[in-house]
Amino acid sequence: MTSPRNDAKPRCFQDVILRLQDHWAKSGCAILQPYDMEVGAGTFHPATTLRSLGPRPWAAAYVQPSRRPTDGRYGENPNRLQHYYQYQVIIKPSPPNLQDLYLDSLRAIGLDPLAHDVRFVEDDWESPTLGAWGLGWEVWCDGMEVSQFTYFQQVAGYDCHPVSGELTYGLERLAMYVLGVEHVMDMPFNDPDSPIPLTYGDIFRQAEQEYSRWNFDTADTAMLFQHFADAEAECERIVSAAPEDAAGRAILMAQPAYDQAIKASHLFNLLDARGVISVTERADYIRRVRALTKKCADLFMQTPLAEIAP
Amino acid sequence: MPDLLIELFSEEIPARMQPKARADLKKLVTDGLVEAGLTYAGAGAFSTPRRLALSVEGLDAASKPVREERKGPRADAPEKALEGFLRSTGLTKDQLELRDEKKGQVYFAVIERPGRPAAEIVAEVLEKTIRDFPWPKSMRWGSGTLRWVRPLHSILCILSDEAGAEVVPLEVDGIVSGDTTRGHRFMAPDAFSVTNFEDYAAKLRRAKVMLDTGEREAAIEQEAANLAFARGLEIVEDTGLLAEVAGLVEWPVPLMGAIEARFLTLPPEVLQTSMKEHQKFFSARNPKTGRIEGFVTVANIEATDDGETILAGNQRVLAARLSDGLFFWENDLREAKAGMTDWAEGLKSVTFHNKLGSQADRVARIAALAREIAPMVGADPDQAARAAELAKLDLRSSMVGEFPELQGVMGRYYALEAGEPEAVADAARDHYSPLGPSDDVPTAPVSVAVALADKIDTLTGFWAIDEKPTGSKDPFALRRAALGVIRLVLQNNLKLELQRITSASLVIKASADSFKDTVAYQEALGQRSSTYAKRVEKAVRRILTGDFDPNITQTNDWEKTIASQQEDPSTRVDEMLFYMVVQRHLEINGSAIDLLSFLHDRLKVYLRDQGIRHDIIDAVLAQPGNDDLVLVVNRAKALNDMLATEDGQNLTQGLKRAGNILGQAEEKDGVEYSFGADPKFAETDAERALFAALDSAEPAIKAATASEDFPAAMSAIAGLRAPIDAFFEAVQVNTDNQIVRRNRLNLLSRIREAGRQIADFTKVEG
Repeated sequence: MTSPRNDAKPRCFQDVILRLQDHWAKSGCAILQPYDMEVGAGTFHPATTLRSLGPRPWAAAYVQPSRRPTDGRYGENPNRLQHYYQYQVIIKPSPPNLQDLYLDSLRAIGLDPLAHDVRFVEDDWESPTLGAWGLGWEVWCDGMEVSQFTYFQQVAGYDCHPVSGELTYGLERLAMYVLGVEHVMDMPFNDPDSPIPLTYGDIFRQAEQEYSRWNFDTADTAMLFQHFADAEAECERIVSAAPEDAAGRAILMAQPAYDQAIKASHLFNLLDARGVISVTERADYIRRVRALTKKCADLFMQTPLAEIAP
Repeated sequence: MPDLLIELFSEEIPARMQPKARADLKKLVTDGLVEAGLTYAGAGAFSTPRRLALSVEGLDAASKPVREERKGPRADAPEKALEGFLRSTGLTKDQLELRDEKKGQVYFAVIERPGRPAAEIVAEVLEKTIRDFPWPKSMRWGSGTLRWVRPLHSILCILSDEAGAEVVPLEVDGIVSGDTTRGHRFMAPDAFSVTNFEDYAAKLRRAKVMLDTGEREAAIEQEAANLAFARGLEIVEDTGLLAEVAGLVEWPVPLMGAIEARFLTLPPEVLQTSMKEHQKFFSARNPKTGRIEGFVTVANIEATDDGETILAGNQRVLAARLSDGLFFWENDLREAKAGMTDWAEGLKSVTFHNKLGSQADRVARIAALAREIAPMVGADPDQAARAAELAKLDLRSSMVGEFPELQGVMGRYYALEAGEPEAVADAARDHYSPLGPSDDVPTAPVSVAVALADKIDTLTGFWAIDEKPTGSKDPFALRRAALGVIRLVLQNNLKLELQRITSASLVIKASADSFKDTVAYQEALGQRSSTYAKRVEKAVRRILTGDFDPNITQTNDWEKTIASQQEDPSTRVDEMLFYMVVQRHLEINGSAIDLLSFLHDRLKVYLRDQGIRHDIIDAVLAQPGNDDLVLVVNRAKALNDMLATEDGQNLTQGLKRAGNILGQAEEKDGVEYSFGADPKFAETDAERALFAALDSAEPAIKAATASEDFPAAMSAIAGLRAPIDAFFEAVQVNTDNQIVRRNRLNLLSRIREAGRQIADFTKVEG
């Protein structure tokens, strides 16, 4: 792997990612890997949701594959995908120069704020399923939203003390703009001069078609409903388990429980894409997922990670 | 006299919050200064996305010393009283003075508060202002506890006079005040210090920050107009967007772009809404064709390439958005051409309210009601019903799904595409109007019929399920709907019996279940029966024409009564069903009457804004026919005009006096004096003159009110003022002669009756 050349513009999708990784690594973040579960956004990664709770300082950055079944367009829409990548940065407490660090990251991927029009436009963030909200902006570059910038105020109903600063980049959209590509499937994924040049479409077009069909037409809804109920039940079971195991070790299982909440959330998204959840039921499903997240957070708050570091 | 300059420098403040923040900063700081004893000559507040600033000119250098004397307990008072006094004044016993008063020696506290320097006061006031600032939404950041709209980075606070500037020292949550600020985030990011407001504004300008919002707005407006003019276009005025954009930039740089030809087939409303909502672009219109052909985006930077990259980027985003728009539009047109049956079907699955059924149910009710209202407003009933059926279909279109604010506007396009006549299509667009109090009111008959039916159905529906507005809570915007009805009626001068129309609307709603079930039941039994729609229609007609006996269902065995009246079994069923619905409707009739009084309340608010007193409206509403709002308003206006004259004022007094005397006598005697006054028992000229005046006024008033010529009625009754005054001047009503007394009381009753023809004068104040 060659290191990114910061002097020239990026030439491919992975170059944009590598430069962001490099920038945030130099800015002091732990570069994590994606969470190994299906999530709708990088925020669901426990590195954001759970780690933003409690007093312990934290700084992490990672790419998170995100799934939005309803956004599938069989790979035909130039901008919409049911599977895409988010770049997520989470720093607690939010440093006073977070905006500057962010703007430096844009410079790192070749967007010079003196040649572009970079703006912070009010956009308050809220996640009903996570019981979380924050204030911040969507960042516009030449009229296009390239990132979401949020100061978390509450997560799972808990006031954030200290406050985490969260940045989310929609990687495909951002890279398409930097690279001047009109259709996501045409975007070079690796260096176009490589012996085997690959486009985004080479890698994902067929997957988008297959998943679009499955998401919209084929997924077994009876089974999905059952899985939702199973995940919900398992989550409840884990959070209400005895605080000590058979050997007398005090271990609360907040993270396994949270996995089940994530699962339930994704199952809800799949059911939604199948069009089998009515408007009134929707609110109820969201409430149920939020209740699970809340219980996981309650448990997490009793674990050592929610205390000041020793 | 020093000047004060404050700047609160933060991360980007939402544009929509800036105007109020400027006003709040000015008010909180200047109020605080004044309260602490500092006066000032003038103050001005400013905002950009990154700063809130306040300049206060001619501030006192220090507050004046204050001397306050407070009288305490007597020298011989219990120790406790003295202790309390010392506590409340904060003094010790030896600091008190003993003075000789009449009742003996008394303790006095003389508290001298020395003047305080302005800096000390400013520091206190500003810290309190920052901590208590009323942001609509505020946040914490980092590890701090301070709340601000977004992270606060620095506080500039200086007092300056001829001698120079001095920083007012203060610290809020670790942020220490100073005399420095920064310019434009990208073009001039370095810190610099300032000495006073002029210096501040000038240095900011050099650092690419235009401090004054008004100046930024003007600069945007002018440059946008110039750019458009150069291309033969004009900017579509939008003050809301202008204010927002001015709050998003510190250094506005308008850039003009063209809309690609392939998007020009989109309706102008779509182009405008899409560009405004998503991109905050101004629309540029071709004045010859009325089409939107260009846009102006406002950048916040003088870019190295004259904005070429920025414009290209914006154009690209716009193209993506408008491609979506075009896709929606073309899909929608296809559906419109096909008759919009899918959309009609779709409305069945959209819940309007869980107790009021789906949007499709609602559309059926509105159509039934619009058909009945149509002849009263000069519209064709079929067209009105058709328009009502179409009016909500665009809610299922992709375009309205994307831009809900285009509801109605799109409905018109789709109705035209479906081959509907203009009047029907216009009604689809205009039936939501009027929304706001200054919104245009539809005048085309079909639009009026559907607009009224839409609003009345909403009102009666929510009344029937007891979801009325309370206090400040009006989640279904029922006050707005009521005002809409009032304005539609008044501005189109429609003489409508609203009571019957709201009853009809309730019957349409109430009949749904009964008729539906019965028709199904009869069909199941293999019996022939009139259709559901026919039954509703017939029932509504009977309500509207009053063709039914409202008392029949009051008895316990009304069903038997009807059964005995109708020989033919099928007519009997129909008749029983009708009265079942009427009974239902009568059960909720309480709510119908209530609805009229709700409309009356909104009418009072509406007329009060037009300068008509609430007591005058009350006096008029007590008259019969009060559900005819045109009649009510004409009467109220005429009465209002008359009461503004001296004759009117005195007449009211006379009428009231007559009413009081009569009322007391009637109570005492236990009879009602209402008939039989005879001039032959008149003893004085004043009495005879009043007889004569009433003889001529009564028919005039009657004729004038019958023809609803209220100004004439008012002048007829105003003519009674002098004779009534003269009568009370000359005559004692309650004399010993019972014949004369009765005669006079009966004469007074003619006065009362004349007044009652006009209004209930007992309700008129003063």
